[in-house]
Amino acid sequence: MSEITCECGHVNPEGTVLCEACGKPFEENQHLNDNKPEQLLNMRYDGSARRSQTYQRTIVDKIWNFFSSVKIGVSIIIILVIASALGTVFPQEMYLPPGSDPTTHYKEQYGILGQIYYQLGFHNLYSSWWYLLLLAMLGVSIVIASIDRFVPLFKTLRKQKPKRHVNFMKKQRIFGETTSTDIDYKRLKKNLKSKRYKIHEEEGHLLAEKNRFSRWGPYVNHIGLILVLLGAMLRFVPAMYMDEFLWVREGETKEIAGTDGLYYIKNEDFILETYDMEDEANSQFQESLQNQSGPVPENYQTNAVIYERTDLPVVPGKEPELEKVREAEARVNHPIELDNGISLYQASYQQNEFSSMTFKLHDKGNEDTDYGQFTVNLIEPKDEYTLDNGTTIRLERYFPEFELQDGEPTQVSKFPRNPAFIFEVKVPGEETEVSFAGIGVNIDASGENDYKVGLVDFQTRDVTGLTVKRDYTLPIIAFGAAIFMIGVIQGMYWNHRRIWIQPKDTGVWVAGHTNKNWFALKKDIDRIVADTGIEPPVDQQEEKDEAERGNDDGIISDKQ
Amino acid sequence: MSEKSSKKKKKRLIFRTSLLLIMLSLIVFAVVSALQDDDVTVAEGEMAPNFALKKFGSDETVELKDLRGKGVMINFWATYCEPCKEEMPYMEELYPEYKEKGVEILAINLDTTDIVVNQFLREYQLSFPILQDEGGQVMNLYNIGPIPSTLFIGPDGRIEETVIGPLTLSKLEGHLKDITPSS
Repeated sequence: MSEITCECGHVNPEGTVLCEACGKPFEENQHLNDNKPEQLLNMRYDGSARRSQTYQRTIVDKIWNFFSSVKIGVSIIIILVIASALGTVFPQEMYLPPGSDPTTHYKEQYGILGQIYYQLGFHNLYSSWWYLLLLAMLGVSIVIASIDRFVPLFKTLRKQKPKRHVNFMKKQRIFGETTSTDIDYKRLKKNLKSKRYKIHEEEGHLLAEKNRFSRWGPYVNHIGLILVLLGAMLRFVPAMYMDEFLWVREGETKEIAGTDGLYYIKNEDFILETYDMEDEANSQFQESLQNQSGPVPENYQTNAVIYERTDLPVVPGKEPELEKVREAEARVNHPIELDNGISLYQASYQQNEFSSMTFKLHDKGNEDTDYGQFTVNLIEPKDEYTLDNGTTIRLERYFPEFELQDGEPTQVSKFPRNPAFIFEVKVPGEETEVSFAGIGVNIDASGENDYKVGLVDFQTRDVTGLTVKRDYTLPIIAFGAAIFMIGVIQGMYWNHRRIWIQPKDTGVWVAGHTNKNWFALKKDIDRIVADTGIEPPVDQQEEKDEAERGNDDGIISDKQ
Repeated sequence: MSEKSSKKKKKRLIFRTSLLLIMLSLIVFAVVSALQDDDVTVAEGEMAPNFALKKFGSDETVELKDLRGKGVMINFWATYCEPCKEEMPYMEELYPEYKEKGVEILAINLDTTDIVVNQFLREYQLSFPILQDEGGQVMNLYNIGPIPSTLFIGPDGRIEETVIGPLTLSKLEGHLKDITPSS
């Protein structure tokens, strides 16, 4: 086995770049972190051995290594971002106007690009198999890449020793040599402690470290992301997530979808209130209300009664025996909540569906005559109506929503949106007459009628649209998002800082490393070495950059 | 030393394999659930869910499970559906013959207004039972989208075939033959 035994005696796993204990760079592995001689050390993952870099035996390892790659992870993210953006170019299928046919809609509305969009399946992008697969691959990549980096980094930071290798020290970005024999170590340690560094000592060598936990920020953040993905995935489980829609007409009692027939709802009344301009209480809205051309809705509300079915087990279709649970109101953002986690949200409405129509019988030529009136209930019409003078009017045909197709009246839906009737009028002692009546139509079938059935009045009812929703995944997603944020804060607001102090025969060496905010680390060190006889170390990277800038354009930077 | 590291490697392989398998099964679950189309009828080969509906124009209730042992054809229709009307005469034509052979036809009507259905029945003179599903509960139970939709249920209570859209006389007869109990 190719474990690496360092000259300090520590045995490192295969693929280690910097000795876990003393930090000695192992020559044969420097390419793994792109380290070049004469350059500062790349300190990523503290030079720990990422197995994926060296270890390829079985197919499992190969899959593992594929997903461990940050390049692959970033590529997946880029593809996802581009795909997600493309999905917003034209509307998704579910947002098309009701009744439109996606096979033709995209071509008609958006031309050839729309056609391509539809054929490539972008009209249903966010639930397409390849989009979900990309999301899943991102999840796998996050898990594997995190494990593959967290574990070795954790081990390395736990095993690190204060005594570092010469090459490690020299190749740190912050490094300084002091030649002096008069160094106040006591003062140094006191200064380190006052800056809240934890001090580890080995044969006089010092390691001062703080905020190591900030290195775990990205991994905590990834745990949060995985929780969000898992929560989103649980939406496929009906017990966890349900989203249905329910139209209920005023006066109608309907089974609540998704409750397995256990609950019913009756719509007592649908209310649409608008802002009253005259009302004193609305005076602060006066100006904005006046800017609107029409009335502004203030409240959408369904007054409902919730029933529970008592004849169990539920046999679908069977006339239910219902027991009233309670009366409840659904308003926008104030849903009716049932015991089983289901909420009914006020989501939509239709107004003014016809519920009844009143007709009067009059002479064909004179609308002022009146032989009596009758009212047809459009939900359950009667077969026959009798007027006071003994005239019978038989409802021969009823079309709840009628359309003329090839001159024939046809019914297009079961809802009384455009009702039409064929009446047989039988006045005692006279011939039976047939008339066809509807909204804006009144046809005399034979052309020889004496009477006419005229519409005098109608009643309407409203339909309420309720969203039936159960969502237990939201707390999981919110929890994941909170963990995500904690990880971000942990990694962003603290920095992992380390300072190494090495006593030498001639004086002392100081080196420093941080994962971000080098300026602050430099400032820390400057304060710590003050009055200890140690000269402040330099930022070798900045010196090099400055030197290069100086060579390039001859301008001397005033940066310190 | 090498024994220890080969043990370590084995452990690592087991860990990686099991983690990959767990993630793979989660992915399969997610993709499969996402691709299951909500709009299709109850799957062929499954047991037909039970229901009880009132027969039109009477107080008699028909419950599906009472018909076990017979072939059952369930036809979802409405008076405002033109293709539904076209296949009604075919059903009427074949009904007496197949009723003899142990096949029942249940025509589930989705209208809400009795008088409309009455007028339709007066015109068409249908002899097979018309069931009323005013609330659309059975329609929801069977995930019926467009009508007409027809299900053919074998004597064992399993759904043999679902047909979305109108049937021709010969196709209808073929399907009825398939669900005729052998005796």
